[in-house]
Amino acid sequence: MPSMTNTESPEAVAGELWEFSLYVANRTPRSLNAMLDLKQICENHLAGHYRIEVVDVLEQPERAKSDQIVAIPTVVRKSPPTIRRVIGDLSKTERVLAALDIRRA
Amino acid sequence: MSKTTTKRVSANRSLPKTPSGIQGLDEITQGGLPKGRPTLICGSAGCGKTLFAMEFLVRGATEYDESGVFMAFEETAAELTQNVLSLGFDLAELVAQKKLALDYVRVERSEIEETGEYDLEGLFVRLGHAIDTTGAKRVVLDTIESLFAGLSNQGILRAELRRLFRWLKDKGVTAVITAERGEGGLTRHGLEEYVSDCVILLDHRVTEEISTRRLRIVKYRGSVHGNNEYPFLIDEQGISVLPVTSLGLQHGVSGERISSGIPRLDTMLTGQGYYRGSSVLVSGTAGSGKTSVAAHFVDSACRRGERAMYFAFEESQAQLVRNMRSIGIDLEPWIKSNLLRFHATRPTLYGLEMHLATIHKMVNEFDPRAVVIDPLSNFASAGTTTEVKSMLMRLLDYLKSKQVTAVFTDLTSGGSPTELTNVGVSSLMDTWLLLRDIESGGERNRSMYILKSRGMAHSNQLREFLLTDHGVELADVYLGPAGVLTGSARLAQESREKAEGLIRKEEIESKQRELDRQRQALESQIAAMRAEFQAKEEELSRTIAQQKAQQAQLAQDRVAMGHSRKSDSDGDKTPSSPKT
Repeated sequence: MPSMTNTESPEAVAGELWEFSLYVANRTPRSLNAMLDLKQICENHLAGHYRIEVVDVLEQPERAKSDQIVAIPTVVRKSPPTIRRVIGDLSKTERVLAALDIRRA
Repeated sequence: MSKTTTKRVSANRSLPKTPSGIQGLDEITQGGLPKGRPTLICGSAGCGKTLFAMEFLVRGATEYDESGVFMAFEETAAELTQNVLSLGFDLAELVAQKKLALDYVRVERSEIEETGEYDLEGLFVRLGHAIDTTGAKRVVLDTIESLFAGLSNQGILRAELRRLFRWLKDKGVTAVITAERGEGGLTRHGLEEYVSDCVILLDHRVTEEISTRRLRIVKYRGSVHGNNEYPFLIDEQGISVLPVTSLGLQHGVSGERISSGIPRLDTMLTGQGYYRGSSVLVSGTAGSGKTSVAAHFVDSACRRGERAMYFAFEESQAQLVRNMRSIGIDLEPWIKSNLLRFHATRPTLYGLEMHLATIHKMVNEFDPRAVVIDPLSNFASAGTTTEVKSMLMRLLDYLKSKQVTAVFTDLTSGGSPTELTNVGVSSLMDTWLLLRDIESGGERNRSMYILKSRGMAHSNQLREFLLTDHGVELADVYLGPAGVLTGSARLAQESREKAEGLIRKEEIESKQRELDRQRQALESQIAAMRAEFQAKEEELSRTIAQQKAQQAQLAQDRVAMGHSRKSDSDGDKTPSSPKT
């Protein structure tokens, strides 16, 4: 993506776009918290290099099936390749960073 | 449930059931699985849980117009479709008709990181969506326990499962949940704790190299059910559960009689043959003619235009047909006209239950009026005596309920008493024909008698059993001071008797002639004497006449003399005579 060339984050590799899908069901407090936490983490580490898609499985049940969603909330890292899944409310930032492999050396 | 005490009669109505469509299961459960509630199916690996669950859905969709959702945790939709295709279940077609929804849930622990609190709403949404889009009444979760392997937070998992089963009940769907058999408990993760309305245990045992699958209803809340372990099997038409004593002894009986195919045997059975729907045991040692008796029976059934089925466990169809032709029974035309069907297998090919089910199925399909099992004794090699007996009991019950006349042959071993059948089933049989060998005079002959035949005054006579080129013939045996004679001995005795008879006849004739001769002699003697007598008589009467004449002459002379002497004094009756 040409718009992402100007990167400020030291962890991010130039030209790389981080794509996340966050699956929630209804705007429950847990879902909203997860959304906020994910956004915070991305802002801190991947500013300008990320895209978050929020999927409400109640509205798009087919997505739950096609994307193999069981637990809510779930974050799926679709890009860069090697899909990673994180389930839970994302409150433990360190573990989320490790799980999503955001902080690469 | 407290209401049931007051309304006992409506016990079945108080607990609605959903027919599973699995052959035999609905019989044991008296109607099926609890409607609108979850049922737990547990068992070890490879015992048929997935298939059970799948058949429940497929039967629901095809036979009861109830669509279903299959949520698989272990196999993908493609794999499932492939796996059950061999059982004649076309999942792709059902999915296309929106009668079935398949959803493969993949939970891979290595791919998932848990970073806090979560719930399984995703699963609920998927299930709910599938139920809503198909209008499903039946749901299968196979095997939901996989979640325990994929997710580490057991606390959440257990709470969510409890919620899931509650939710399924609220949805009003009849659910089947499969679970792996655990050590100590019914399931590995104690699912029976959540699903407690109906628990069915599947088992797969291998005894003496032959496998048998069994099913037991561990629990069925609010319903009576069979408690036994029921054998079941999986074949190309799905699962069949075989209730051991489902039919009891309530089958109707027929007074109709049908020919055994051997005229003389019919005569022995009060002239009419077997009862229709009865079971006939033909036992005997090797080579005593059991198969021939069976073949006659089949032949006569086909002659009457009835369908017959021959289960052969020792010979192939071709061999049987050839061998029977040698004694003048041609089965070929019946096979061609589809009146006769053969099923030849080795008894050790599969377990007893499989045999039983095969027989069931084939009898059901072909609907014959006559069935032959040849020989029964070979089943002994496929199971223990109790198993064989219970299987045969079920088979007999089944055949009787269908009013099928069955002939079973049984090979008795040479040394054992003939009255003992190897599998101990004689008490189940209505008619028992015993074929025996009689060895005497350097030859072996066959004989037959009716050991029992329920409900008829049958003959008690031993008959010689002859295999001729036009079938089985029963001949009277020679009974004499020397005992029972058969074969050449009988023939020799018969010709000896014939010779003796001839001699006797000649003696009688010669005596007769002698008598005639004597009579003739006597008669001629009598005639001669009579002639002599006649001669004498004539002479005597002549003399008498002469003397009479002389006397008369004398009297005349005296009168003449008195006349001449003019005598008048005599007091003779001739006073007037002088006057003349």
